[in-house]
Amino acid sequence: MADYQNIFTQVQVRGHAGAAVPIPSGPWARSGSPYFSYLLGKIGDAQIGPIYLGWTGVASLLCGFIAIEIIGLNMWASVGWDPIQFVRQLPWLALEPPPPAYGLSLPPLNEGGWWLMAGFFLTTSILLWWLRTYRRARALGMGTHVAWAFAAAIWLYLVLGFIRPILMGSWGEAVPFGIFPHLDWTAAFSIRYGNLFYNPFHALSIAFLYGSTLLFAMHGATILALSRYGAEREVEQIVDRGTAFERGALFWRWTMGFNATAESIHRWAWWFAVLCPLTGGIGILLTGTVVDNWFLWAVKHGVAPAYPPAFEVLPDPATLTGGGS
Amino acid sequence: MMRFWFKIAAALAVVLGVGLAFTFEAPPVQTVQSGYRGIGLEQVYNKVALENKIARTAFPLEQPELDPAGIPSSEVYDNVQVLGDVDANEFIRLMGAITEWVSPEAGCAYCHADGEELSADTLYTKRVARRMFEMTRAINSQWSDHVGATGVNCFTCHAGNPVPANIWFTEPENPQTTRMAGNPAGQNRAAEQAGLSSLPADPFTPFLLGDPAGIRVIGQTPLPTGNRSSIKQTEWTYGLMIHMSDALGVNCAFCHNSRSFTDWSQSGPQRTTAWYGLAMLRDLNANYLVPLRDEYPHERLGVLGDAPKANCATCHQGAYKPLFGHPAIEGFPDLVGPAPETAAVQ
Repeated sequence: MADYQNIFTQVQVRGHAGAAVPIPSGPWARSGSPYFSYLLGKIGDAQIGPIYLGWTGVASLLCGFIAIEIIGLNMWASVGWDPIQFVRQLPWLALEPPPPAYGLSLPPLNEGGWWLMAGFFLTTSILLWWLRTYRRARALGMGTHVAWAFAAAIWLYLVLGFIRPILMGSWGEAVPFGIFPHLDWTAAFSIRYGNLFYNPFHALSIAFLYGSTLLFAMHGATILALSRYGAEREVEQIVDRGTAFERGALFWRWTMGFNATAESIHRWAWWFAVLCPLTGGIGILLTGTVVDNWFLWAVKHGVAPAYPPAFEVLPDPATLTGGGS
Repeated sequence: MMRFWFKIAAALAVVLGVGLAFTFEAPPVQTVQSGYRGIGLEQVYNKVALENKIARTAFPLEQPELDPAGIPSSEVYDNVQVLGDVDANEFIRLMGAITEWVSPEAGCAYCHADGEELSADTLYTKRVARRMFEMTRAINSQWSDHVGATGVNCFTCHAGNPVPANIWFTEPENPQTTRMAGNPAGQNRAAEQAGLSSLPADPFTPFLLGDPAGIRVIGQTPLPTGNRSSIKQTEWTYGLMIHMSDALGVNCAFCHNSRSFTDWSQSGPQRTTAWYGLAMLRDLNANYLVPLRDEYPHERLGVLGDAPKANCATCHQGAYKPLFGHPAIEGFPDLVGPAPETAAVQ
């Protein structure tokens, strides 16, 4: 019998391809006739559309398009408009924030002005998309948990590119738009501020990041392992004996003495996921503003132990000769 | 129909998988611990790759020692300006050695023009070589903080090439920098000198030519006390560090304890050696290599018309010690000499 035991959905449930729940009346309607896609049905619901864009969706896509255009055209310009080099070096290319000398003033277009503009449109796009997730959830009579989870990610994004640069008094502190460049920036950020691994909020963020993957694996595995008993219909089973739900609960109580409920496991997952960027954002916000060297901070507070050197320790030669760096 | 797509997907996965396999390094990989246990102070070596590298940097045949002639070369030969005090026979031996080290194919004629007196300074190569002797003698006598007792000879950098394989020129500014868009700020491309990272591509001009002030960026106090070094500035230092790592075939932990890059009390003695290496390069570039600019023909100069210069890779060429520690001045005591009296070329 076919069931959900593969990484692919083996049973594709196809009902009537309709628009489902009616939405409150407004100038926008859901558009497009729905159709079925077999391949997408392998990983999700086979029905595609109709979609609802609304003014927030249209404005968000437009702003996002402008931001990507500014970033992409600057990248392309940086290789002299060579299409081959653009494709070949794309992961290395970037749009840089202004040089630190400009502080928070408006720099010339090609010295960070484009970066500010791209940042403005990208931020507007993201905030409009947030509004869209909020409003669509409300329109469906849902809670707004998705929007607030998204807001947690936006918090980290705004700390990196907006709030912290303002507190530091320099747009140059912000992240470049680019694939490898933003990773090199991250490494340089950690080096400049004395090793981010000693930042306790960085540690918390990692704990929630790894914790999220652990919880997701536990929950996903439990539901898949019980799909033979219809675990995806968990709510109907909460009070019955011998159901998929009770077996899952028993499994975790036997293996670790405690089990989440069908409802609380999702709170666990939501909070772990949301706390990852929330704590991470706090860690970034404190870096450079109130802490200048996280390693020394950790030494000061007795967090970082000292290890005996296994080699001859020499003094800083610059202090001996008085010259050089 | 769907079986067909699965086969296509499977075939793609196989092609990708095999392609990815070629990007891996063949085992065995060895780690060499250099610090207290458990803190990751270790170097990682691939045995096969290391053996190949050592074989490529093999030192050429030794020059047989000669009985001294008993008279200095300046009494036998004309126009010997730097090695005039050297015994005449030893002088000839050095000339044989430099030919093998620098121009094994072109031979003597690379510096001494055919059909002219050996004393003639016609060719620029001879005039540059004279300055290179002065530079080599100065390195071996004044920069023992960096080169130790191992020293350097011509082969250290030249390795049988008339022009050393690893030299650098100041990079011309990307023309987009002064146009309307696409200013890459000196970085954001596959930078060969910075280990193919997207870090600043020419960290040498600021740190190996001029005043290196600003190379130290890391905060020295737990809380802010006025260090305004930016992240961008950090990327320039970082670019130079990646070059050093690449040039020496080592990772950060060769010199630093990566928990605190700035802390000298946790750094190995190699960091001190490297510090003197950077100071040495600034001396060599400023006092020997850059002033040779007017000697070179156009094709030896960089895009901006600057002279070829040295960085860590010029001597190290991928080895933690050049030529993996081959004693370069053993048997060549005349390559250790006093600082030249005149800084001028001629």
